Amino acid sequence: MNTTEERLSQNRASLGKEFWLKTFSFLSPLFLLFLWEALAALKLVDVRLFSSPSRIFKTLIPLVLSGELIYHTLISTMRIALGFLAGAIPGVALGLSMGLFPSVRALLMPLVAVTFPIPKLAIMPLILIVFGLGESSKIFTIAIGVFYLVLINTMAGVLNIDPIYIDVAKSFKASRIQFYTTVAFPGALPMIFAGLKLGMGTALLLIVAAELSAAKAGVGWMIWRAYDMFDIERMFCSLIVLAFLGFVFSYLLDFLEKIVIPWKKR
Amino acid sequence: MNGAEKIRVENLTKFFINGKTAVSALENVNLTVNDGEFLCVVGPSGCGKTTMLRILAGLEKPTSGRVHINAKAAGVPSTAVVFQGDSIFPWMRVVENVEYGLKLRGVPLKERRAVAMEHLKKMGLERFAYLYPYQLSGGMKQRVNVARAFACDPEILLMDEPFGALDEQNRLLLQQELLRIWEENCKTTVFITHSIDEALLLGDKILVMTAQPGKVKALLDVKIPRPRDIILIKSSPVFIELYKEIWDLLKEEVLKARNIK
Ligand SMILES: Nc1ncnc2c1ncn2[C@@H]1O[C@H](COP(=O)(O)OP(=O)(O)OP(=O)(O)O)[C@@H](O)[C@H]1O
Ligand SMILES: [Mg+2]
Repeated sequence: MNTTEERLSQNRASLGKEFWLKTFSFLSPLFLLFLWEALAALKLVDVRLFSSPSRIFKTLIPLVLSGELIYHTLISTMRIALGFLAGAIPGVALGLSMGLFPSVRALLMPLVAVTFPIPKLAIMPLILIVFGLGESSKIFTIAIGVFYLVLINTMAGVLNIDPIYIDVAKSFKASRIQFYTTVAFPGALPMIFAGLKLGMGTALLLIVAAELSAAKAGVGWMIWRAYDMFDIERMFCSLIVLAFLGFVFSYLLDFLEKIVIPWKKR
Repeated sequence: MNGAEKIRVENLTKFFINGKTAVSALENVNLTVNDGEFLCVVGPSGCGKTTMLRILAGLEKPTSGRVHINAKAAGVPSTAVVFQGDSIFPWMRVVENVEYGLKLRGVPLKERRAVAMEHLKKMGLERFAYLYPYQLSGGMKQRVNVARAFACDPEILLMDEPFGALDEQNRLLLQQELLRIWEENCKTTVFITHSIDEALLLGDKILVMTAQPGKVKALLDVKIPRPRDIILIKSSPVFIELYKEIWDLLKEEVLKARNIK
């Protein structure tokens, strides 16, 4: 009896602790916003450069209501999604084959090793020359950034599968195909997802750069446009959208990971 | 028990090359295991027991010498291995792990699931059939490991310290279970263990190996009648005598192994 009582109260204590931790992580950004607003009101920060939460909010509402912000968001989302898929799918396919076949690895690894370190931003002018000013150049820029990260992580995932699992498959006389489907692919999945998540981060970085050059719409374009017009509030609104996009995409990937890798300890 | 040879090992030698030095794991091992025989292998740590088992399973090639396995039935795998340590696939549910061998052989889902469930039941794990390995304790995982080898119904079972990581009570239960299952169908078995008790309890023969490089030190017959009772045989005079004999043989080798290092 006594112990049950104790356990219950311990439980309550830990629940209380969790509640406070949640409250803290909710309050800290609010506090920062409040501080920002207060400093702006007291003219301790220059609102022409740093704006203030209330000013940003005032700009944000009409931007959302007019549909302008949503339009640009959708265009960028489309580019990110297409670029991401265009990079991730070949990245996984090639990463798997490089992990599985030493001959493919020997053939392609030097190429990958030499081209991977080139900053993707450095080849943007080249991409523009080859793909022109249309959609494809932006999608390709994102795709190439995602591609390398997914490729390298997928390959590492296959190569790092614990040899004991390979022995088990061998001892049960698995055929090559059976080995790929029952050991190599599922074993590499956690690393594939690590690559996808890294790739998503890069995609958000590259969309802004890609929309700098020769775009007429998109969140990145909005940022550069706001820069030209010195419209700090619009710039902050676009940044909010980017943060939001990043959050949504990583949430989606986490969700997908939970479905695809239910066996991972979390 | 019929006397046909099932496994024959001739002059088996195995070196590993570690950088510039060659490690000799097995040296000139000769051995035969008859059909339906339960062979236990004991020897100091690092003497090449796992290496020998891996060669028998076809996972490792001998440096010289031959291993001959007399497989008869087509369609049934000749060997199945219970690996030392954690080897069940984390990405498959418990029951999928157990039916893995059957799945690779193309046994339809319904059939193989029934077989797998039966083996899980024997291991006391049916309640956990649809969990993932990360949700099991270490001992439970090891039982899945054993069930996986049994479920594919091989001609020869190769077990590498299958109960090594279990707690005393579970080990006793599983030894009892293994005895029972084995005495039903007398499958040729090679069983590596560090426990003299376990070797005497389960084996028809006990192979004592020397310290590294592993050689055959002695091959003893365990003349304890079957069916055996796990508790009763420990007080039988044959058991006590054999225990002492094996311990004397092993003690020499274990001391030698320590002096090498
Ligand atoms: N893949 C390998 N490469 C190099 N050396 C190896 C390899 N596998 C085993 N060895 C060496 O071969 C010797 C025998 O190893 P083995 O694993 O067969 O020992 P064991 O008798 O199973 O020991 P334990 O009882 O501790 O499991 C050891 O000295 C080990 O270092
Ligand atoms: Mg071993």
